[in-house]
Amino acid sequence: MDFEFMQDTFLRLLSGVPLTLNLAFTSVAFGAVFAMLLALMRMSGVKVLDWFARAYVFVFRGSPLLVQIFLIYYGLGQFRPTLQEWGLWTFFREPYWCAILALTLNTAAYASEIIRGGLQSVPHQQVEAARACGMSGFLLFRRIVFPIAVRQALPAYGSELILMVKATSLASIITMMEVTGIAAKLISQTFRAVEVFVVAGVIYLILNFTITRIIMAIEWWLSPHLRRPPAVKPALEAVHV
Amino acid sequence: MQHLSYFELVGFGPQGWGLALLTATGMTLAVALCGFLAGSVLGTFVAWAKLSGGLVARSVADGYTTILRGIPDLLVIYLFYFGGSAALGAIASLFGEDGFIGVPAFLTGALAIGIVSGAYQAEVFRGAFQVVSRGEIEAARSVGMHRWLMFRRIIAPQVLRYAIPGLGNTWQLVLKESALISVTGLVELLRQSHIAAGSTRRPFDFYVTAAILYLLITWVSTYLFQRAETHSMRGMRRAS
Amino acid sequence: MSSGVTSVSSQTTPAVSVSNLRKSFGSLEVLKGVSLDAKEGDVISILGASGSGKSTMLRCINMLEVPDSGDIRIGGETIKLKQGRRGMEPADRGQVDRIRSRVAMVFQSFNLWSHMTILENVIEAPVHVQKRPKAECIAEAEELLAKVGIADKRNQYPSHLSGGQQQRAAIARALAMRPNVMLFDEPTSALDPELVGEVLRVMRSLAEEGRTMLVVTHEMGFARDVSNRVVFLHKGVVEEEGPPAEVFGAPKSERFKQFISSHR
Repeated sequence: MDFEFMQDTFLRLLSGVPLTLNLAFTSVAFGAVFAMLLALMRMSGVKVLDWFARAYVFVFRGSPLLVQIFLIYYGLGQFRPTLQEWGLWTFFREPYWCAILALTLNTAAYASEIIRGGLQSVPHQQVEAARACGMSGFLLFRRIVFPIAVRQALPAYGSELILMVKATSLASIITMMEVTGIAAKLISQTFRAVEVFVVAGVIYLILNFTITRIIMAIEWWLSPHLRRPPAVKPALEAVHV
Repeated sequence: MQHLSYFELVGFGPQGWGLALLTATGMTLAVALCGFLAGSVLGTFVAWAKLSGGLVARSVADGYTTILRGIPDLLVIYLFYFGGSAALGAIASLFGEDGFIGVPAFLTGALAIGIVSGAYQAEVFRGAFQVVSRGEIEAARSVGMHRWLMFRRIIAPQVLRYAIPGLGNTWQLVLKESALISVTGLVELLRQSHIAAGSTRRPFDFYVTAAILYLLITWVSTYLFQRAETHSMRGMRRAS
Repeated sequence: MSSGVTSVSSQTTPAVSVSNLRKSFGSLEVLKGVSLDAKEGDVISILGASGSGKSTMLRCINMLEVPDSGDIRIGGETIKLKQGRRGMEPADRGQVDRIRSRVAMVFQSFNLWSHMTILENVIEAPVHVQKRPKAECIAEAEELLAKVGIADKRNQYPSHLSGGQQQRAAIARALAMRPNVMLFDEPTSALDPELVGEVLRVMRSLAEEGRTMLVVTHEMGFARDVSNRVVFLHKGVVEEEGPPAEVFGAPKSERFKQFISSHR
């Protein structure tokens, strides 16, 4: 193997990492808000909202992400005059924003199911206990339900984040030069598919490994009750318990 | 160019793209199915290596599933498409031929899907095997079944039954992944829609149609997998 | 002694012969040189506290565990062992499979194959291991199911049966192989008390037919009334052995005395 070439490739691909992470984190952040909304719609008990959320999840999980990207990036071009009239064309003209929109809508569908699972896992007794203390509504949700649900949903959300890092590669098809985009360009220039693939693969594995570690750290930090108690407990703490 | 209605556009009339889209849907199903089956074979061997292989086989199997599940599928497709071409080109240049030689896109696609889905299916099979009761395997040994007979009569039917939900998920994954094969030029559903969108300047209509067709396949296959699951679980107590 | 004696002819080779069996799991020596002979038609109850090695011995006879040393002879044929990479292993897999199909095992947890109906469970080994004609196997299986009293359950799946019915189906499955020897590994221990009786009744009728049976059990009544010999294992060795009338009437070993008094 040609190490000089690999090193050169590595540096070039590295320049795509910020965009890869940018796409992944931006869309996951927007997607989380939307997903929360969808999950609450599913659990609202209002039929119309429930069915809307169900249909949304079915459509966005059941069709390929690339189709969704094309639909937004190329498909909406069909309505260019209208979009221009509404002043939205500057948004839909940009591959970056189209990619963000598609990834956001896509991850929201998957994440809403994760969040719903987390919310449903909150033990009924704990909610009852909170009600018995006089909590209700948003306070109950914020102090009791949400913290428990987050701990429960975090591992699955971590996997979703990794899947999103992988999914950002599709943005390269609409000209975004993130890691895979640069890799594709290098391959078509040099025809050295294996070397470029190996380097790009290593970069993705490092990214995913780091993310996994961070999620695990957050999990640990959020779950003091599952950790083993310290060997000697200070007397002061015992009073508070 | 006169303006066609949506149904004239995707219909089967003289200016309709219906037949082309239908053929392309068939191609999507074919490449997805071939890839899925290749992945099943690969996944079985990898699961076996993980469960009962030696240290080397286990490490290779673990490395394979970790790597293939950690990198984008699109990269794998590029590797097979361009890498395959480079390899073919190298062989051809030995015979004095020069230039770019394309690998058959169908083969590339099916192989790439097979390699990727094999990693997922290996995990599905491994999980399913671990659910099979040790006692039932012991009972099979105690009546004198040899390895292959035991695999065929006792282990495989049960692993398959426990694996159905996981295989269903993997199939959905494969189906969606097959859209990525369009980058190699294989005229499957997305590629055909892209072509039609370009020539008619009606991209929205065609991508929506493609999405609907994908959803239709998803819907039908979900139904089929559920039926298979109900059928295979006859005689089993539901866990829930 | 109520059973089994009639079938003993001029047979000289024992149906099962175990000599000087040793088996360790890691540093724990479970069997420390156990010997045991079962003539044809013998019904031997093997008693002992948990951890005494009684189940391990039974599992060695069917090669579910491979002994570290010692001989196991089934119908005069010695199971050949060789030194493998990880301890002893069978020298001839074919021989083991052949012997296993003559030595049937009934497990504590039934271990019926959950994806097959009761009838399919019973004919599985005769058809696929012994390669007998299917029609013949089905006819025989139906007789056997009638004999253990669950003929009406033939097309049901194991999970739909009670524990007692499952164990009786497992006994029918064992019988279907026309075994020379039957091994029972605590066949009633996983059953609710009210279901124990139906399984013991079936086992008693098998004993009365003159079948050779090795039964690991905690059922003192069965050991006393049905078996013609009792073996008491303690910490991997045979501590007491003899006809039930003798060993229960006048136990020699202090430990066996304690054991009896605690298992009344």
